[in-house]
Amino acid sequence: MSVDERPAGTGTSGGLATAVGAASGPGPLAPLVGADSDRSRALTRAWAGTWPKVGAVVAFVAIWQAVVLSGWRPEFVLPAPLTVAQTLGDLVREPEFWQAIGTTLRRALVGFAFAIAIGTVVGIAVSRFRPVRAAIGSLITGLQTMPSIVWFPLAILLFGLNEQAITFVVILGAAPSIANGIISGIDHVPPAFTRLGTVLGAGSVDLYRHFVIPAALPSYVAGLNQGWAFAWRSLMAGELLVIIEGKPSLGSRLSFAQDFNNAPELIAYMLVILVLGMLADTVFSSQSRRMRRRRGLAVD
Amino acid sequence: MTVTENEARPASGAAPEPVAHGGVRLTGVTKVFGRGATATTAVQDVDLDVRPGEFVTIVGASGCGKSTLLSLVAGLEQVTTGTLEVGGRVALMFQEATLLPWLTAAQNVALALKLRGVARAERTPQAHALLERVRLGAYADKRPHELSGGMRQRVALARVLAQDASVVCMDEPLGALDAMTRDHMHDEIERVAGEAGLTVLFVTHNVREAVRLGDRAVLMGSSPGRVVHTEHIDLPRPRRMEDPEVARRAGSLTAALREDVARHVG
Ligand SMILES: Nc1ncnc2c1ncn2[C@@H]1O[C@H](COP(=O)(O)OP(=O)(O)O)[C@@H](O)[C@H]1O
Ligand SMILES: [Mg+2]
Repeated sequence: MSVDERPAGTGTSGGLATAVGAASGPGPLAPLVGADSDRSRALTRAWAGTWPKVGAVVAFVAIWQAVVLSGWRPEFVLPAPLTVAQTLGDLVREPEFWQAIGTTLRRALVGFAFAIAIGTVVGIAVSRFRPVRAAIGSLITGLQTMPSIVWFPLAILLFGLNEQAITFVVILGAAPSIANGIISGIDHVPPAFTRLGTVLGAGSVDLYRHFVIPAALPSYVAGLNQGWAFAWRSLMAGELLVIIEGKPSLGSRLSFAQDFNNAPELIAYMLVILVLGMLADTVFSSQSRRMRRRRGLAVD
Repeated sequence: MTVTENEARPASGAAPEPVAHGGVRLTGVTKVFGRGATATTAVQDVDLDVRPGEFVTIVGASGCGKSTLLSLVAGLEQVTTGTLEVGGRVALMFQEATLLPWLTAAQNVALALKLRGVARAERTPQAHALLERVRLGAYADKRPHELSGGMRQRVALARVLAQDASVVCMDEPLGALDAMTRDHMHDEIERVAGEAGLTVLFVTHNVREAVRLGDRAVLMGSSPGRVVHTEHIDLPRPRRMEDPEVARRAGSLTAALREDVARHVG
């Protein structure tokens, strides 16, 4: 590709080089042309990603309806999709529904924020200091494999049936993944980058700021994504176990729905929990895809 | 000026005159890695005096200590014995362009400016001006993966200029490029180094390339790495890889190189 090598300013004008680049098809100059075709391509891609999801939802609802029609379980135990949709339509008009979502999201965000702070500090400490790594490096991976619900009995003993117990377990659920993300990110920074930093005269702070941390970022974001998933699961477990009077949450509503044999409401809340979890995951994975694409890495 | 020396002062007694700005002087430089039974002498007793603005090419078989020599000059490694004097800041260019993939071409150059202490407001215009000098002005906002191999090395060249160094060490910077791109990069490096008055230490294992670029070609022999032959290349510039005179001089260097390899293999 000698055209690629042609500097834009060679010869009589930059215009010549542009003409050559445009004529030769999708060279490096192609992105400069046609922002419109970029947009339509993005739409095409969005649609390509959307229709299978729509199809999956349709198929799921159809199977659900078929199982209901088969009479495998009575309708008051396994309601039809339409019944659940009507219940959901009623729920969204109740203030308690929004209160429950508010409480749950606030707990998730507070716990996750603490987990980010703790996981990041611990992760950097492990990656930087050899004795710290020897002491707790494998413990972090161990904690990650431990189902966080196991922490609840202890958390309830320590804090009682209250917010702190829930937050405590959410943090323990999420922080190890976040720490592990940053540790493996820093461990896998290409040595060429740190060497470049040294050659360019970066001190240790600048080396971290401009070379190590940006290079470790994709792994860190992956850790955050996984940490969020664990935080969300821990939170749901916690809200089912630790029910606080006068504080509706998604978990407590789910629990009440079971107590009152209210199957449509129970399934409606489950769908809300599923959708919220998926929304958060979409935020993380779109961030991580954007970052990978900008760096020219493979995007799955 | 940076002076690195070992515990023993040069035995010569009389203090030699200091190296000029842009000059590099190695006197009896030896580099040993490790100690005891596993010690490797990578570079042994190298004397080399490089004039400011001189283009010195260093050729030798792989593993003969070329990279180590550059690392010493760049201050990434310390000499074991001998004296190394460098007149000014040293920049280093590798076989891989090692551009940071999360930054654009201009930001990669601007980072070198920032780490050199250039004020924020001046960085962006200066980075663009430097990219213009390697004729990549139109690609300032591209990310490394959007550039070809040759363009990436030109960004690396602009970054070297951003370091405002007087001496540039290049470690097989064109080794990964195809022949056409490499020829083009020869012109670029020659032009840019000439314009900036840079002293260049250029490592290659391609003998013709050494003759094409160098004012002087230094041949290093292996185990341990030392200078076995120096060739002054007084051919007029511009030169081309396929010039018969370049081929002839490369031939005589190749003969010397072959002799050294034969001595260590046979
Ligand atoms: N950091 C190091 N530690 C130990 N040995 C090294 C190190 N760097 C280079 N060497 C050794 O020094 C010798 C010269 O290596 P190098 O300078 O990379 O050669 P070249 O660049 O000419 O191929 C080799 O035998 C290599 O194994
Ligand atoms: Mg080498």
